[in-house]
Amino acid sequence: MEKRKLTCVVCPLGCAITAEVKGDRILNISGATCKRGEAYAKTELTDPRRMLTTTMRVKGAGLVPVKSSAALPKALLMPSMEVINAASAQAPVRPGDVLIADILGTGVDIVATDRA
Amino acid sequence: MKADVVVVGAGPAGLAAAIAAKENGADSVVVIDREERPGGILRQCIHNGFGLHVFGEELTGPEYAARFIDKANALGVRFLTETMVLNISPDRVVTAVGPETGLIAIEAGAMVLAMGCRERSAGALMIPGSRPSGVLTAGTAQRFVNIEGYMPGREAVILGSGDIGLIMARRMTLEGAHVKMVLELMPYSGGLKRNIVQCLDDFNIPLKLSHTVTRLHGRKRLTGVTVAAVDESGVPIKETEEYVPCDTLLLSVGLIPENELSREAGVEIDPTTNGPVVDSHLQTSAPGIFACGNVVQVHDLVDFVTEEATRAGRAAAQFLREKSACGGWKTAAGRGVRYVVPQTLCDDGEDKTLFFRVSGVYRDCATVARCGDKVVARKKRPICAPGEMERLTIKGADICGDITVTVEGV
Repeated sequence: MEKRKLTCVVCPLGCAITAEVKGDRILNISGATCKRGEAYAKTELTDPRRMLTTTMRVKGAGLVPVKSSAALPKALLMPSMEVINAASAQAPVRPGDVLIADILGTGVDIVATDRA
Repeated sequence: MKADVVVVGAGPAGLAAAIAAKENGADSVVVIDREERPGGILRQCIHNGFGLHVFGEELTGPEYAARFIDKANALGVRFLTETMVLNISPDRVVTAVGPETGLIAIEAGAMVLAMGCRERSAGALMIPGSRPSGVLTAGTAQRFVNIEGYMPGREAVILGSGDIGLIMARRMTLEGAHVKMVLELMPYSGGLKRNIVQCLDDFNIPLKLSHTVTRLHGRKRLTGVTVAAVDESGVPIKETEEYVPCDTLLLSVGLIPENELSREAGVEIDPTTNGPVVDSHLQTSAPGIFACGNVVQVHDLVDFVTEEATRAGRAAAQFLREKSACGGWKTAAGRGVRYVVPQTLCDDGEDKTLFFRVSGVYRDCATVARCGDKVVARKKRPICAPGEMERLTIKGADICGDITVTVEGV
């Protein structure tokens, strides 16, 4: 059995979580103070994901801030950045507009978080 | 011009204060901001993590701001944007200038100061060496990248591990820059733990604690920095000096509440927080002038700014009906505590929450509030650090005099 120490990134509390793992089996998770923290620890050990926030060009209207509609696999953060930086949106953009649907086949959309 | 409540600053503090003032009966509420659009620094904080306490969900900065801007607009709060407040007099006459109004004087029934804070800049650090371009604060870089769309450089070193520095380490990396390291003078980080994980560890950016920059190199543009470890008293150790080539140095070395206007209004400033001395209703030493958000004390989370500002806005609306000042009792920072806000407590029987920062990293300790010898609040803390604001709530009935807050072993 191996003990892995994680810092939860779900919210700014940053709980210190200890997970006991054997091979790819999770035996026990302790230290999380909420259910979301436990869920974070499980995915962090098996399929680590992160929210992506960045900006996207808008033709003739500068930049608009965007976010991923759900957390993306960590390994796809930089490839997603390349897709977003190669694209540009048409003004007007409203908060919540889907600017890139299903980025890299993940089922996750890139969504505007402000107007432009 | 006259207004019931004038709020200076349309960031999270000003927005929440204006809404609360309106909701508590103030008729005309004017918010003045020097930027083109309301939202303050949230507009450039495009990352997520805002709103977990207030809304129970994680929003980005622009989304968090929009919730309040929409609500303020719906309530009929008037925004004067691109408008600069030049002076506030002790009797609450605001002099401002902007394209919509020209030069105006507004007589305010009550005021809320919500100017936020400013970053400590390169000039304040006095790093030896040349003065090339490429040295800028993390917040300036954040504005360049997220709003203006310019990358400040390609090879970056970040001095200071405050949250803005950590967030910018990730942001610069995502945009293709190589962030070589984050240096922190103290033996612990000033940022939130989650930001160290998701902004540094995720991208293999080393965090060097007890390290600083001892020299800048380059004539026109920064070409590199000399980095050194520091000893226990923060003095660089010569033998550890190392040259790190880079074209950009970002500074995340502290925030200073922006109180030039407060001082002119005759508001007493606390030398430790650099913010106004406030009572438990957020009233400053000048009657009818309230203050909230980072202009009072630098907060870790915007949610707490919103809470504080909501109380300030409510109190400002109450002042219109009943001009009361509350002397009451004083709070003091005891052993292990750097400061306590509010600095005075009103004798009104209400429960009081004290906000404070500890002066070092303490493990297995308790934060304790005492009234004389009597313990009126106590909280066990597995770990507390200067980077994370602490709070203690005292029952109104338990307050019998001045309160001292300390950190103690358990």
